[in-house]
Amino acid sequence: MKVNGLFKPKTLDEAYHKLTEHSKNVVMAGGAWLRLSNRTVEEAIDLSVLPLSYVKDRGDVVEIGSMTTLHEIETDDTIKSLYGGILSQAVSQIMGIGLRNVVTIGGNVVARHGFSDVITPLLTMRAKLHFYKRGTISLEAFLDIRGKTTDVLEKIIIPKRKAAGYFKKVTKTALDFAIINVSVTCDEEGFSVAVGSRPSVGQLAYEAMGLLNQAKDVDEKHIDLAAFKAADLLKFSDNHRGSQAYREELTAVYVKRGLLAVKTCFNQRGGHDD
Amino acid sequence: MINITFMVNHRKHSLEVKPGEYLIETLKRLNIHSVRRGCDTASCGVCTVLVDLKPVPSCATLTARLAGKNVTTVEGIHDEAGALADYFGLEGADQCGFCNPGIALSVHALKQQSSPITEADIKQALTGHLCRCSGYVSQVKAIMAYLKDDAHV
Ligand SMILES: Cc1cc2nc3c(=O)[nH]c(=O)nc-3n(C[C@H](O)[C@H](O)[C@H](O)COP(=O)(O)OP(=O)(O)OC[C@H]3O[C@@H](n4cnc5c(N)ncnc54)[C@H](O)[C@@H]3O)c2cc1C
Repeated sequence: MKVNGLFKPKTLDEAYHKLTEHSKNVVMAGGAWLRLSNRTVEEAIDLSVLPLSYVKDRGDVVEIGSMTTLHEIETDDTIKSLYGGILSQAVSQIMGIGLRNVVTIGGNVVARHGFSDVITPLLTMRAKLHFYKRGTISLEAFLDIRGKTTDVLEKIIIPKRKAAGYFKKVTKTALDFAIINVSVTCDEEGFSVAVGSRPSVGQLAYEAMGLLNQAKDVDEKHIDLAAFKAADLLKFSDNHRGSQAYREELTAVYVKRGLLAVKTCFNQRGGHDD
Repeated sequence: MINITFMVNHRKHSLEVKPGEYLIETLKRLNIHSVRRGCDTASCGVCTVLVDLKPVPSCATLTARLAGKNVTTVEGIHDEAGALADYFGLEGADQCGFCNPGIALSVHALKQQSSPITEADIKQALTGHLCRCSGYVSQVKAIMAYLKDDAHV
């Protein structure tokens, strides 16, 4: 990356206007991913000077500022208590502490990496994104938007619920990108299942979730079928880390393990199962 | 060019940097040679320095963002790094030594932790420091022994 100028905004409004002023201006969060690109940046808009690094417990939701680093997320007690701590677990498996001291949750989400270990758990935690201009949208809706993001992500909002969670990242070596990552949660609205690094970005497995959430009792047969549906109906493909077939096999296994891990929470929530 | 003032190893530096200049390049300009360039993609840990006592890859940190910050390289913890090196020697924990400065800085950062340091903490601190000689076991042992004698465990 070649950077011609560095702009330090005083407000989010200044950051937004600078971003929309020139097609080669970019928001810079941790800057670690941007650094790897070959692009020429006219002005990098340095978000580190704005107060966007925080975790705030608002009672019914938790807000995470977009500039919060992955290491801050990993060590924050509020985040450890959300959905069984799956977000903390997921980020703690990304590279080393040095990199996690730099890279941000906002950068990870906006970059929409196929391999993201952050997006997959956030999907199952029913996360919403708050952008400066666009306002609040669900993470799923954001992932459906194609093309460059010409807005500034301010914060990520996660509901605080009594919930259980499971996260699994499957890799060839400890620090590699995932072959797949799987997140399963259960809260008062029911089960959520998401699979990422397919190798495309994390996606909710709606058919599997529907099957479970409509069932009166969730037993092992439902779980087997839901795991099969997730593997069968989500779209997987090949890359040098794994084949489509291998990813499908892994998905069926880990979705099942995840559902078994969080099942008790489902049974406790409204008596579907005695 | 951007004017910035920051501290490196407790010394104040005011200098002009290009907007796209990375800290590793600036440190070389300041005649600090312990910081090595490895992968240049923030993956190997060799170029680790401390910014306000947190380990970060200097190959992915723009200097122009560091106004008012404190940067520490292994030159800034000279005696401590020397003491750690003795334990590395005793355990046979280093061979080529290329990754040692980055590891010494991560150990220094770990020592700032208020709770007792466990073996798991040491392993976590070493994650991201690629070493192609040692296999890590002897490094973990050496750091454990060093911290024990230094009364941090
Ligand atoms: C060596 C390496 C290994 C990695 N391994 C993994 C891994 O295994 N799993 C994983 O999940 N991730 C991994 N990552 C990705 C990392 O977690 C971050 O997602 C990535 O570095 C981007 O975060 P950043 O803060 O550096 O963002 P930047 O590089 O600063 O920005 C990334 C993109 O997001 C945009 N952006 C950033 N913040 C905002 C905002 N607030 N509003 C609008 N736009 C914004 C930028 O303009 C840019 O286009 C890895 C990264 C590196 C460098």
